[in-house]
Amino acid sequence: MPDYDEFLDRIYEILKPFTKKGVILNEGSELVTELGLTSLQVMELIEQIEDHFDISVPLNILPEISTVQDLARQLEKLTNT
Amino acid sequence: MSLFDKFKPIADVRNELNRLGVTPFGAITEQILSATEGIVNGHRVILAGTNNYLGLTFDPECIAAAKKALDEQGTGTTGSRMANGTYAAHAALEQELADFFDCRSAIVFSTGYLATMGMGSTLAGPGDVILLDADCHASIYDGCRLGGAEVIRFKHNDPSDLEKRLRRLGDRAADTLIIAEGIYSMLGDRAPLAEIAAVKRECGGVLLIDEAHSLGMLGKNGRGVAEEDGIESDVDFIVGTFSKSLGATGGYCVSRRPELEQVRFAIRAYIFTASPSPSVIASTRAALRIISQRPELREKLWKNAHRLYNGLKSMGFRIGPEPSPVVATTVDDRDQAIAAWNELMNRGIYVNLVMPPATPTGDCLLRCSVSAAHTSEQIERILEAFDSLEINRDGQQE
Repeated sequence: MPDYDEFLDRIYEILKPFTKKGVILNEGSELVTELGLTSLQVMELIEQIEDHFDISVPLNILPEISTVQDLARQLEKLTNT
Repeated sequence: MSLFDKFKPIADVRNELNRLGVTPFGAITEQILSATEGIVNGHRVILAGTNNYLGLTFDPECIAAAKKALDEQGTGTTGSRMANGTYAAHAALEQELADFFDCRSAIVFSTGYLATMGMGSTLAGPGDVILLDADCHASIYDGCRLGGAEVIRFKHNDPSDLEKRLRRLGDRAADTLIIAEGIYSMLGDRAPLAEIAAVKRECGGVLLIDEAHSLGMLGKNGRGVAEEDGIESDVDFIVGTFSKSLGATGGYCVSRRPELEQVRFAIRAYIFTASPSPSVIASTRAALRIISQRPELREKLWKNAHRLYNGLKSMGFRIGPEPSPVVATTVDDRDQAIAAWNELMNRGIYVNLVMPPATPTGDCLLRCSVSAAHTSEQIERILEAFDSLEINRDGQQE
């Protein structure tokens, strides 16, 4: 099963196009308020992670996610249970 | 952050629309002249965005039935179905729905939203899994979230993605609630229900289909996409609404499974709300009979739908993948979409302007819904008005 760092790398990769010039993407980056993702784009981000790692991610984790770190942690938790 | 800060983005959009002088959301219908004409925001318009698919809102039989019920039973039931709100007519409509769908039983709800939300939230709870099509209606998402089940999306209209996700669930697949729609409300595309049913047969699951936008339109008896595709025996629950092809308000769930009668006593969206008014039940019963008695309405609806779809497609607009009573034109630019909606109003055509997050993509939609009551001339006028719009026409032309 992928670990936290692998999830983190993949999230950074997918989020690259959303990063404004001069802004450095890090674990504390806020998906909606900082990077400006819409709810639909958050869903699409999760869909891409699902496809890449061949996992299913329940929507129930969404309220727990606001930063890149939150997402990577939730994914790690999900795949280790 | 204050309690009301989260509403600021909504206020910003509303202020911008006010600045432009357009009111696409909550437009006021000052006069309703017929099933297809009205005066909206001061404009006399052809109604091309009302989901009045069979045009039954002014049908004499439906109106007479509603008036009779009003005279004989009063304006409202003033109570829940579980208390004083079950009249003989509610029970009769449930039996008629069960007979119409060739099912064991039916439940009537006060709105379509309550039917889908109530079934989604009640059938699957904590510890259960729901697999729903990504483009499902907001009422389905709301219900799933409310029930506390694990909710997983599968890619829109993609049975192989559904299969992949069911297989990942292992032993849990057998009891997984799978939810899809017959025709999807925004783009009018039809679900591949035969393939979805085949996946269910292969992997297990309990299948719930929302036929809100397909009742009265498809299948030999007008029962919807499940009937059209010959897979009704694979469907465990069908939900839908009275507020589209039946021209009233309310919702239903029908099932071949005996468990529906136990579910009835657990659905909070059914128990803790007043039952539909007698006049609504009466006009709905009349409209349901009309679906069976007048198949020519279905033929007219599809003739109109094909004409509008093919016309918009030949003009190069970006529209849905197949002819349908819902014909939506995609516009990527929000300001262009607002201006186009306004121009259509000025030219006497009312359609729905749909903006994210209500759309399945990040784009805006000019959404038309066709009615059997539209005349050929009205369809041509809708097409002429669209032809005058200055919006992207990069769709694939035939």
